[in-house]
Amino acid sequence: MPRITMREAISQALWEEMERDPDVFILGEEVGLWGGSYAVTRGFYDHFGTDRVKDTPISEATIVGAAIGAALTGLRPVAELMTINFAFSAFEHIVNQAAKLHYMFAGQMVLPMVIRTVSGGGRQLAATHSQTPDVIFAHFPGLKVVAPGTPEDAKGLLKSSIRSNDPILFIESATLYSSRGEVPDGEVLIPIGKSKVQRVGKDVTIVTYSKMLETSMKAADQLAQEGIEAEIVDLRTLRPLDMEPVIASFKKTNRAVIVEEGWRSFGIGAEVASRIYEEAFDYLDAPIQRVAQKEVPLPYNRTLEQFALPQVEDVIRAVKEVA
Amino acid sequence: MAQIVNMPKLGFDMAEGTLVRWVINEGENVTKGAVLAEIETDKATVEVESAFSGVLFRQLVNQGTVVPINDPIAVIAEPGEQVDLESLLGKPAESEKQPEIEHPSEAKAEEKPEVKTPPPAQPAPAPQVPPATGGPVLASPLARTMATELGIDLRQVHGSGPDGRIAKKDIESYQAKPAEQVAVKAPVVAPGPAFVRETRALPLPRLRAAIGRRMAESMKQAPHFYVTHDYNVGALVERRKEINALLGEDAKLSVNDFIVRAVALALLEFPNLNASLDLKNNTLIYHGEINVGVAVAVENGLLTVVNRNTDQKTVHQISSELKVMVARAREGKVHPEDIEGSTFTVSNMGMYDVDQFTAIINPPEAAILAVGSAVQVPVIANGELTIGTRMKATLSVDHRISDGAEGARFLQALAKYIEEPLRLLI
Repeated sequence: MPRITMREAISQALWEEMERDPDVFILGEEVGLWGGSYAVTRGFYDHFGTDRVKDTPISEATIVGAAIGAALTGLRPVAELMTINFAFSAFEHIVNQAAKLHYMFAGQMVLPMVIRTVSGGGRQLAATHSQTPDVIFAHFPGLKVVAPGTPEDAKGLLKSSIRSNDPILFIESATLYSSRGEVPDGEVLIPIGKSKVQRVGKDVTIVTYSKMLETSMKAADQLAQEGIEAEIVDLRTLRPLDMEPVIASFKKTNRAVIVEEGWRSFGIGAEVASRIYEEAFDYLDAPIQRVAQKEVPLPYNRTLEQFALPQVEDVIRAVKEVA
Repeated sequence: MAQIVNMPKLGFDMAEGTLVRWVINEGENVTKGAVLAEIETDKATVEVESAFSGVLFRQLVNQGTVVPINDPIAVIAEPGEQVDLESLLGKPAESEKQPEIEHPSEAKAEEKPEVKTPPPAQPAPAPQVPPATGGPVLASPLARTMATELGIDLRQVHGSGPDGRIAKKDIESYQAKPAEQVAVKAPVVAPGPAFVRETRALPLPRLRAAIGRRMAESMKQAPHFYVTHDYNVGALVERRKEINALLGEDAKLSVNDFIVRAVALALLEFPNLNASLDLKNNTLIYHGEINVGVAVAVENGLLTVVNRNTDQKTVHQISSELKVMVARAREGKVHPEDIEGSTFTVSNMGMYDVDQFTAIINPPEAAILAVGSAVQVPVIANGELTIGTRMKATLSVDHRISDGAEGARFLQALAKYIEEPLRLLI
């Protein structure tokens, strides 16, 4: 199997779906001539032309609003928001229109649209451009929120997202574009809403997703050298949240650490821990630990930024706390 | 509005229950349906669910106390509500909860009754009684589950977690620890090494103790007599094979399913054997329902699961109902109604290659049927030696209720159904 980068995997998914279905088109800031601010759509403009790769004004509300309109009339837009921090400018369209139109008009129309966007810190882009507010969007029923952590999952889940008739927020990690992984040749389709065990272990269950999957995997490798075998469950989709593999793993290990890049308060960790308490209380052998970003607007200074973001050492410390 | 929780009655013959463990502590929130406490009846340990939501204002009895049915065991109140226990319960509040047995001398010396209810003028604090044993035992939910299943007293276990919290590994190492209680070395008789296994003294599991109590009581009080009958089960075995060929893997019928139905039909003609003796009132209770109990081997003992109104059910119905209850019993998740209310019991050890055995009557029933294996044996039919299939069953009967002749006639009546199994299927 070829080892490709996350960037190539996402690019392949887009390319293949655009070749397959003429209704699929891309819109966003600098996605055309420039090839995308993370170079995901490089070469698309020349190949697919201006009708299917649309550069837009710098207005996120316009991008999402136009995508909603196109989806309502039968096209399959893939809108790109340069970062999830800019999604706040389109918040009304995302949570009040895209997430609700199907329901408020009695299912008369569907919205087959994907909003691709970039989340996470660690690139010294300062507080307003480095947030991980994934959980805010996962709060809204009507929206599906997908956040892969490996190139294979990114390709398979993006292709499934484009083919889905639901509005989907597809979150990519700013610091994972160059990370490599094996992706099978040929068609890759991965169902939305399925968590996956990415590493098998018996001593503790680490629940995580996206960038923190990479961090947790590194922590698990180090822990293995000390004789602690961590099992890692990758959520992959935040809504709908698939707890089944998490609960199954927890019933085996009786201990859990939840790792997320965003802030701890009201976060993914709080939700997952609560579900574990509800569904597997009698299997609990130690209080569940959460690893998350320190509760400050993310500093620009590199040392401080790294200190505020969850690191491999933080995961190891939390695991030792419960194991 | 404060509510009183009473000791529930979990079967027609239950008079009292032992409060084994409080699950909810005083001052803790209770939701309707939550498990409040565990009680032990003669037959099993069951969970008492709360019928109310609120705060557990007061535990009225200590763990280990035997409480008659319908006596109050707890009071549940609204959060912050002040409860006048005296007027609620109609008796002095201080007499309900006796001091913990750990401090018997203090309890005697301390004559003045201690009123735990704070003066009404105070703002309502959370009602909390300091535990008398120097704090509750800290243990993870998993450790608690394991300790209950293994019959381990958590107070004996050393906790390695923060503040001495007991975790799974502590239970495991407690179990693995060679019993410190008794380690007997065999006297050296001859020179040379001898392999000596340790003698171990382990706490008697609760279910084991309950079975012991009950069976000892049955043998002591009920004069047993035994009657054995040899059944020709050739036709039954054949019919079963034919029927099972039509059924899915999960729905297959056991020989016992047929016997249970046969017993129920035979009991219709023998009300004496579907009865209980009520010595207190000098009466015989003839049960209106025929509820056949089936003994099930479980970890640390056995339970009797009960099929209700068995005479009105098909073999298939009986089979599927029993399967569900047996599975629950084996998983330790038995429901109270699964094990209460049997009027006659069948104990089948056919699967263990048992020729025949005698069973002890399950009080307050009148009789129990012990069933052995169906085996091929040489038989003489019409003056010729042939191969037949036979199964022995032994009826144990309480002589205070019935006599040998009736027992024998019952077994004959049973033969009608067991040897002509079509009667069970119509």
